[in-house]
Amino acid sequence: MSLTHQDVARIARLSRIAVTDAEIEAVGSQLNNILGLIEQMQAVNTDGIEPMAHPQDVSLRLREDAVTEPNRRDACQAVAPQVEKGLFLVPKVIE
Amino acid sequence: MINATLKQLSQQLTAGQVSAVELATAYLDRIDALNPALNAFITVDRDKTLAEALAADARRAAGQAGLLTGVPIAHKDIFCQQGWKTSCGSKMLDNFISPYSAHVIEQCQAAGLVTLGRANMDEFAMGSSNENSFYGAVKNPWDVNAIPGGSSGGSAAAVAARLAPVATATDTGGSIRQPASHCGVTGIKPTYGVVSRFGMVAYASSLDQGGVMAQTAEDCALMLNVMAGFDERDSTSLERTCEDYTRDLAQPLAGLRVGLPREYFADGLAGDVGRIIDNAVAELKKLGAEVVEVSLPNTQLSIPAYYVIAPAEASANLSRFDGVRYGHRADEYKDLVEMYEKSRAEGFGSEVKRRIMVGTYVLSHGYYDAYYIKAQKIRRLIANDFAAAFAGCDVILGPVAPTAAFNLGEKSGDPVQMYLSDIYTLSVNLAGLPAMSVPAGFADNGRPVGLQIIGNYFGEAKMLNVAHQFQQVTDWHSKAPAL
Repeated sequence: MSLTHQDVARIARLSRIAVTDAEIEAVGSQLNNILGLIEQMQAVNTDGIEPMAHPQDVSLRLREDAVTEPNRRDACQAVAPQVEKGLFLVPKVIE
Repeated sequence: MINATLKQLSQQLTAGQVSAVELATAYLDRIDALNPALNAFITVDRDKTLAEALAADARRAAGQAGLLTGVPIAHKDIFCQQGWKTSCGSKMLDNFISPYSAHVIEQCQAAGLVTLGRANMDEFAMGSSNENSFYGAVKNPWDVNAIPGGSSGGSAAAVAARLAPVATATDTGGSIRQPASHCGVTGIKPTYGVVSRFGMVAYASSLDQGGVMAQTAEDCALMLNVMAGFDERDSTSLERTCEDYTRDLAQPLAGLRVGLPREYFADGLAGDVGRIIDNAVAELKKLGAEVVEVSLPNTQLSIPAYYVIAPAEASANLSRFDGVRYGHRADEYKDLVEMYEKSRAEGFGSEVKRRIMVGTYVLSHGYYDAYYIKAQKIRRLIANDFAAAFAGCDVILGPVAPTAAFNLGEKSGDPVQMYLSDIYTLSVNLAGLPAMSVPAGFADNGRPVGLQIIGNYFGEAKMLNVAHQFQQVTDWHSKAPAL
């Protein structure tokens, strides 16, 4: 299968990456090449094989529900693009 | 001094023959002289480095020095380090001064290692040539027309050019072993879960693993003693008792069973690289190793499986770069979605965008089973292949890459060609095994070639033993480029 320009635009939107009309042809063709490579997997029979998520098959640890981190808000917000009174500012989302 | 190993530097510091400040100054001067041509470092900060060196000397004077206190180190720009720009090779983080330090950095600082600077890398560790860095490609110190390998190309080039005696690095699909091979240095990627990922900017979390590069296997063992260990802040860090990774270095290799996977010596392996690996195996035989043929039949499938799993995890991990809490934000936008889309379009380079989009696609509704679950099943098949092979051998040997370093620009226009060159390294990450690259010779074009040593789970000490014994009877690791 091959991605259409419409498919590429949808993937870009889902990825929250702006892709211009001028770029879409090149991006689409590179994605199609990569998907062609990935397609090799379909030739292999994997019936009954358990998917492997972690090399040691360990499950996630639980910890005590305790406060372990100090409040470092100012240090963490020093690298933020726009803050005010300890809040991260973004464009208005609710009219 | 510039060619000294960590072990030698440690001895000189202990004997008072050199101070941490003198050492740091010597390396900083060399970086000033050579980095403009090599581009191995993104950030160098003489004042910060000398402050660390002074503190190391004070610690030694107070009788509180450890083995590596005062030894200089370069850190891959992927490890968050408080007060230092941590760019991960990306415009997205060009303005990011980390407010905290990674576990690996904390461990190095506790040991008294002195930060020389922040090593260049492919953007977000995505790449096999270091051409994907926002800060420009790193040049191979052996030949400035060659790629240094990636993604830890700055780390490898720095150690090869003797701009640093040791450098931290990370390996998601070969990013320690392949640049180590291409630059003629020794590199180790430990078993998944041995080195904490806390504060290491995430690419593909189920594959990412921190490690180190140096001139010798012995130096790598000393560094692993510093870097490894349980950290509760990494959810996949393994709770194991601490090991001394130097403990088996001196063991003789008589009776060692060395597995050669026939798939690693098939079509696609360059003749000169194959001969170098054959010679290395012959050296080990002289030391008493027995050679057995093994098979890793699903090797070819590691490429599609990796290029599903890694982009899928990357698309999730890199969703945090939204221009809200840190990182690049576009100047102009009309609403929140456009702010995200423009900030990410401007902040990410083309390979990172490609992988995010591939990952988004394979995880999208209706495709998850066909791609991601399928890839994870193949991952199991690959791990099973290794388990079967290790039933008959102690370590597996082979090439790291099909050829010596290719030319800058040779593959940068064709992502799939670049991906195919990862054939001998990806399986190890998918299975979560430890592996090394050890200098083993020079290709017909004069560029270095590494021998890959793959160990069983937690087989780091065994691999380091094999590498160290190999380095006792060869001198490839002590060769340095003329600069």
